[in-house]
Amino acid sequence: MKFTINDETVEAEAQPGQVLRSLLRELDHFDVKKGCDAGDCGACTVLLDGGAVHSCLVPVHRLEGSSVTTVSGLGTADAPHPMQQSFVAAGGFQCGFCTAGLVVTASTFTEDDHDDLPRLLKGNLCRCTGYRSIHDAIIGVSNTATASAGEAAGASIAPPAAMRVVTGTEPFTLDVKTTGLVHLAVLGSPHPHARIVSIDPSAAESIDGVHAVLTHHDSPGVHFSTGRHEDRNDDPDDSLVFDRILRFRGQRVAAVVADTVRIAELALAAIAVEYELLPAVFDPQRAREPGAPLVHGDKGPESRIAAPERNTVAEFHGELGDVDAAVASAAASVSGTWTTPRVNHVALEAHATRGWIDADGRLVLRTSSQVPFLVRDELCHIFGLEPERVRVFTARVGGGFGGKQELLTEDLVTLAVMKTGRAVQYEFTREDEFTLAPTRHPMQVSVTVAASADGTLTALAVDQLMDTGAYGNHGIGVMFHSIHESVEVYRCANKRVDAQSVYTNNLPSGAFRGYGLGQVIYAIESALDELARELDIDPFELRRRNVIVPGDNFVVTDAEAQSDLSMASYGLDQCLDLAEAALDHSLTGPVGWPVGTGMALAMIATIAPRGHFATATVSVLDDGGGVVTDAVFEIAVGTAEFGNGTTTVHTQLVATALGTTVDRIRIRQSDTDATSYDSGAFGSAGVVVAGKALLVAAERLHETIDRDGLSVGLSATADHDGTPRSVSFNVHAFRVAVNPATGEVQILQSIQAADAGVVLNPEQLRGQIEGGTAQAIGSALFEEVLLDGEGRVTTTALRNYYVPRFVDLPVTEVLFADTFDPLGPLGAKSMSEAPYNPVAPALANAIRDAMGVRSFELPMSRDRLWRLASAQES
Amino acid sequence: MDLIDVREVRVAHSRADMVLRPGERAMGGGTWLYSEPQPGLTGILDLTSMGWEPVTRTSETITVAATCTIETLRALPEPLFEQCADSLLASWKIQRTATVGGNIALALPAGPMTSLASALDGIAVIWTADGGERRVPVTEFVTGVVTTVLAPGEILRAIEIPAASLHRTAFRRIARSPMGRTGTLVIGRMDTSGETVITVTGGTTRPRQLRFDAAPGAEDVASAVDAIDDWYDDPHGAPDWRRAMSMLFAEQIRQELS
Repeated sequence: MKFTINDETVEAEAQPGQVLRSLLRELDHFDVKKGCDAGDCGACTVLLDGGAVHSCLVPVHRLEGSSVTTVSGLGTADAPHPMQQSFVAAGGFQCGFCTAGLVVTASTFTEDDHDDLPRLLKGNLCRCTGYRSIHDAIIGVSNTATASAGEAAGASIAPPAAMRVVTGTEPFTLDVKTTGLVHLAVLGSPHPHARIVSIDPSAAESIDGVHAVLTHHDSPGVHFSTGRHEDRNDDPDDSLVFDRILRFRGQRVAAVVADTVRIAELALAAIAVEYELLPAVFDPQRAREPGAPLVHGDKGPESRIAAPERNTVAEFHGELGDVDAAVASAAASVSGTWTTPRVNHVALEAHATRGWIDADGRLVLRTSSQVPFLVRDELCHIFGLEPERVRVFTARVGGGFGGKQELLTEDLVTLAVMKTGRAVQYEFTREDEFTLAPTRHPMQVSVTVAASADGTLTALAVDQLMDTGAYGNHGIGVMFHSIHESVEVYRCANKRVDAQSVYTNNLPSGAFRGYGLGQVIYAIESALDELARELDIDPFELRRRNVIVPGDNFVVTDAEAQSDLSMASYGLDQCLDLAEAALDHSLTGPVGWPVGTGMALAMIATIAPRGHFATATVSVLDDGGGVVTDAVFEIAVGTAEFGNGTTTVHTQLVATALGTTVDRIRIRQSDTDATSYDSGAFGSAGVVVAGKALLVAAERLHETIDRDGLSVGLSATADHDGTPRSVSFNVHAFRVAVNPATGEVQILQSIQAADAGVVLNPEQLRGQIEGGTAQAIGSALFEEVLLDGEGRVTTTALRNYYVPRFVDLPVTEVLFADTFDPLGPLGAKSMSEAPYNPVAPALANAIRDAMGVRSFELPMSRDRLWRLASAQES
Repeated sequence: MDLIDVREVRVAHSRADMVLRPGERAMGGGTWLYSEPQPGLTGILDLTSMGWEPVTRTSETITVAATCTIETLRALPEPLFEQCADSLLASWKIQRTATVGGNIALALPAGPMTSLASALDGIAVIWTADGGERRVPVTEFVTGVVTTVLAPGEILRAIEIPAASLHRTAFRRIARSPMGRTGTLVIGRMDTSGETVITVTGGTTRPRQLRFDAAPGAEDVASAVDAIDDWYDDPHGAPDWRRAMSMLFAEQIRQELS
């Protein structure tokens, strides 16, 4: 078969049933991304004979004589296509995994198309941005800037990789060629709870092209958790590489390593397995009752599970004062139970790892992870390896949102590499992302709030139950985090908190942006909104009367509790004022649609507790003839770049400290060989921990240069241990119109005020806040991973799990409080997870205001809102 | 995505090629077939190479070839074609390849080409395995969720739409998001005779048609919708909502047409 790719004629042999997307990548055109492989996301868009198509749906047998243009064929860094230039100028991407497809798609638009973008962009999903910056790119708005020497901090600098991302030349995890690569496919459990009685891999092993079949017989017997934290003891040791007991549908039974993905997948059917079915439990309420089937009943105290005999991985009970008495004597009180569903991260780059043995005999893993150092350390623990014998690194990562603070593919690749000696790749399919990758924890949260007539909060009680699924990865941390800043942000004499994290035979839950806070904040902020109504007090005013202020302690239920958390800066008052002032109460929707406004607030610690460590080095690569602004510096830092924008900020911090420009900074990052240690990019720590370490290192290097002059090889290293910590604040407000006849919601205004300390990159921070808002609007209105009640996920593709498109999102007005945090680098605070948290309750409160009736569950889908409105009418 | 069980793809050039082999399936654009794993599918017969004229218009009939792309159909002048094309969840980039026949033969409740063709009293022209031809109304062609009247070896050749059906039409659709997969889609039409036909798709497991000899009253429409008993339940909408939205839209359409 003969066709052209970017004007070069190729002769290729393809498999029957193959698609253009996989053929292009086989031919090393790695600029064509695999997002969903099902035509839903648009990441693989190319031009076929001049017209845009999703290359994952183009059968290869139709290619004869055709011409294909990929994003790298549109233009290069030296001669970019106008649309590529526009995406750089606008800052039209974050992780950049969707960008190739978006640029190719938008390259076909004319000016007349600008009015039709909702339709024209419905086949291009971006999970990071919220589409405002993409819109700017398409219509030619520029948002980025350059800065002169020493002035980079505070400027809207474009990411260092921008031109490479838009031209398709920035490699993501699997975007490189590895000679002799073999592939791994996994046989998943067909049962929600079963024991493997016997397994016979011999028929699969004898298939041509199969290198190995791995089963529990090959598994090291060391228990671990897929959830990764600085302290491995934070998660329960309840998982094995292969377990003989299967606790959810899809859990690994065996894996095949073969020459191609196709051979590996076909060989799975030849593995003979006999299962003994075990009783299963799917309802978290039922799971904690006596007599429920036990998910980890075989585990002892060494697993650090709170109570395996009650399916309880963690629990907390505490009371300050007397809540019941306070409620009894209050002027007003409100109680309710709110539920939130499982939410999928939908990072467009799936979990994937490629591993091999390097020339020195070391195990090397190139992986899609937020935490390469934690992955290395746990692999050493599981497989008994020395850290010097393992290198783990990431290239640019295509989105994370907490979903890549897990060890989901690296352990299998390690086992396969050790077993076969080959270079091995394991890549999740989009269906795997829905059925195997942990989701946001679904929660049921009961809240009682009470106040005196003047609006002083007198009681706050939270009773939280969460389904952590079959494994406890993040099931402890999420539970404790969920009840901290959410409860601490209010001064209240009487508080009671009960929380329980329980095992079921559903797919595991895990880390998700906000780490449990969002679910509980949704419930508390909804309850407070009702309380404000009861008291006839404005909801902003009710918050002002009760939020913590500088000088207050952070209290969950222990008034004397001491921690390393402090109010090193405070902008909540400003955020409340900014959001309130921005609300336009004159906005209306279609005729007959009632309108309403709503608000909610959120607080979050700037760093995860219990230690977060980073070591970073800045060195002189080229002395520039002794002129600082001509010199070239290298930064070596552990933080991964997955759309968080941290890398941009790192270059800004270093360039500012050294008195140079960002183009003089080279970056080595997210590689266990690049620096000695970094806990990783989670808990929004990339700027305030690693960034702080880098800033200090750069300042030290600057002092050395001032003293001794510039010379190649000069370097400075600094550490940060993640303590003490400060707090950030976010306030969101909405004005909406709701059609009670259909349940449709129209967002008339969306405002977020953020206290991020000193803003180091306004355009990037705006993008983070818009993106967090976008993801939260998805969670609030559309998204829900559905299970059938027997542990079977029924939303297994993006066409059935609706993430927001361009048409679904308003432009959010982003406002910044003016604060300076002495703990953060140059006064900055973290702002990655935070913007997500206040959005769902603010939207719920606005919808409540419009409809006159409250929804107690997410998502507030049209069918649910219609049902609420109809029930109210009748 | 790559279809791993497929061992052979045949490209059809004549009716003689149309004898389906065991494990083989006829394919239009392939935009659905290649979008999901197809376990057990060992062969594909590509129909798009047959060179069928996409759209043929006479004063009585618009004949749409099964292999006509949705993009081509969308360009026809009557607004209903664009409205139905835009009801597809899939992007315009996919509509360039996706076919009218493929969408109908797939028989998903949310298939907008089924909505269009059934609402207009379209007739499915079927090539039978013995070399013959038969005709079935599209309302009967789709029998349920991904089931049709196609017997093994039969191929959907074309849809014949009576031109008179396009005299006056009205269209309503809702999904759980503005451009999401259809929750329910209601099309009404009034012919020159005054006959009024309201067709519900998407919200039901198969096309449901409400026919009235003359302009119906509100109660006629309401009781006809009320008699529908197969409201569909999937992630794109709850059955009670789909019923209520269909009721709402049917009444709006009645008013618009009367």
